Amino acid sequence: MNIAAESMPVASDAKPEFWRWQETCWADETIDWRGAKTIAVGIDVGSVSSQCVVTADGKLYAYSSMRTGNNSPDSARNAFHAVGEKTGLSLNDVHFVVGTGYGRVNVPFSHKAITEIACHARGANYMGGNKVRTILDMGGQDCKAIHCDDKGKVTNFLMNDKCAAGTGRGMEVISDLMQIPIAELGQRSYEIDQEPEAVSSVCVVFAKSEALSLLKAGYTKNKVIAAYCQAMAERVVSLLERIGVEEGFFITGGIAKNAGVVKRIEKILGIQAMKTDIDSQIAGALGAALFGHTLVQKQGPAKPIAS
Amino acid sequence: MIANYGYKDGSGEYYISIDTDKCINCPVGRACIAACPKSMFESMTDDYDDEVVWIKPAFRRSLAYDCSGCKPSGGRSSLPCTSACTPGAIQHSW
Amino acid sequence: MITAGIDVGSRSVKVVLVEDAKVEGAPQLKYLVRGRHLMFPGDLDADVAAEKAFADALSTSGIDRGQVSAIFATGAGRKMVKFAKESVTEMSAGAKGVSFFFPTVRTIVDVGAEEGRGIKTDGTGRATDFAGNEKCAAGAGSFAEAMSRALQLSLKEFGEASLRSEKSIPMNAQCTVFAESEVVSLIHSSTPKEDIAKAVLDAVASRVCAMVRRVGIDNDVVLIGGMVHNAGFVQSLKNAMDVAEIKLPDMPEYVSALGCALLAAEGIH
Repeated sequence: MNIAAESMPVASDAKPEFWRWQETCWADETIDWRGAKTIAVGIDVGSVSSQCVVTADGKLYAYSSMRTGNNSPDSARNAFHAVGEKTGLSLNDVHFVVGTGYGRVNVPFSHKAITEIACHARGANYMGGNKVRTILDMGGQDCKAIHCDDKGKVTNFLMNDKCAAGTGRGMEVISDLMQIPIAELGQRSYEIDQEPEAVSSVCVVFAKSEALSLLKAGYTKNKVIAAYCQAMAERVVSLLERIGVEEGFFITGGIAKNAGVVKRIEKILGIQAMKTDIDSQIAGALGAALFGHTLVQKQGPAKPIAS
Repeated sequence: MIANYGYKDGSGEYYISIDTDKCINCPVGRACIAACPKSMFESMTDDYDDEVVWIKPAFRRSLAYDCSGCKPSGGRSSLPCTSACTPGAIQHSW
Repeated sequence: MITAGIDVGSRSVKVVLVEDAKVEGAPQLKYLVRGRHLMFPGDLDADVAAEKAFADALSTSGIDRGQVSAIFATGAGRKMVKFAKESVTEMSAGAKGVSFFFPTVRTIVDVGAEEGRGIKTDGTGRATDFAGNEKCAAGAGSFAEAMSRALQLSLKEFGEASLRSEKSIPMNAQCTVFAESEVVSLIHSSTPKEDIAKAVLDAVASRVCAMVRRVGIDNDVVLIGGMVHNAGFVQSLKNAMDVAEIKLPDMPEYVSALGCALLAAEGIH
């Protein structure tokens, strides 16, 4: 029996290349940390980015946001080092270090590890104020929905880290596919004639196939991006709805900077997200530093651990 | 606090919810841990320094498969974990 | 009498034409031809792709369209094939097709490009139970394909490489997208390609196996779908399912289309 089978062509993909978002480091020039009684540090090692936040007497003083490397301890050191360079701080000047994020057990110089759920709630409470009740965090490889009280203590949460849909990685996929820097996606998604239907909201792999089909069907790149953002928004809302959304809605994580997704989420929910001047990506590390600050009040400063 | 462990994918939502307020001073000696045939539950200290129970990380992304043995399709009419937890701290979303 | 089965998968269309032939008094089914047409990323419309594949198959075998008594369709896009008389599920088509080759089959594992399923069957070619991975790309062929690209190996080399490895590295990621990052970091940490290939195929095999366990594993076990060509996957699956043998048909991608054509023939009698 002759089998006349054609060979399957491999779908041509651009070589995987991450479109880099800006690594940042900031310090509040009006604060002199040497005059502060309690210096606390929070380190959040995520799968995609790592942050270091420094609080002086419970107030946000400095932070850095760097791309996570292949190795958690190095990423943690790298994030602290950036802040140290900017401010002149060394680990000897710090009274407590809290590690968080998925690499939290690998922050060699931390005194305690606290989950990112608790840290995000605490951080959001600082950034958005004590009216924050529902927090959405879209991280690099996970998506979290958190309820908290007026002190930033968690009352309900869920975290999805099985699927890329609704995560930063999911957005990087469309950024790679369209060959457009990730920071431009949000803006572009509104430069369209008409709001399109969403692509698959359950799976990034399927959404990507559908995006390709839309391009071939004649959609402009911007419109495809819009369809993709709508899918991500729908996905995220379906996660949120499991625990419900109350007024006092706050978004953290890298995707908070993507208006293409955020505005669509707000539209579906009919609720506006609370605003903040502070970089949304540092919420976890900020919460960690605040936990550290409280621990120093309770039990005194901890000895610096050699990094 | 309600802790939801699990995920949602194309086929549905699979979460095991643990109400930690009911879990803290467990009156049944953490019976859920022994009741689960796959030993998916574990004792731990949470971020607020309370002794509670969680689902071990290794199982959280495959609940649909791991729990199938205890679901009606596996021949059981009630879940061993929810039956063992008489304070009612454990709930399955599916 | 000639009938046709068209299997519209998520990646390609398979067509099988079947003719009833009497040999020594017993009716025997003979394959005339099978055609195959690639649907993605070319045609968007399943109906158009199916039509092309069907026309292709007819012309290759020199058969006139009018000679075909009935056309049945199966696969993810079956409802979109307007010119088919009826559509049947992949479960029915798979069970029918496999039973033709292996009447002793009781458990069928069907791993396609974007969907995987386990099918239970009795000795008569009927599906009695099934479980599917339903809309998650991670339990199917596209996962292996994406990883082989990350390793810069062809699918064949990928499968062969995995056979050379003796390690069992577990993969953390459940999602194709995350797994690609994980593979990249394994490459960065100088893990040998063979070990990575095996880790990936072990991961797909374990997901497929967990799915098939929902219907129960009974001998004989048969694997169908494109992944049959990946020897590394077959081995990983054998290990995961803990069976001595998995039977493999000669033309694994066409088995469902064949079953579909056989059901069309039955439907007429």
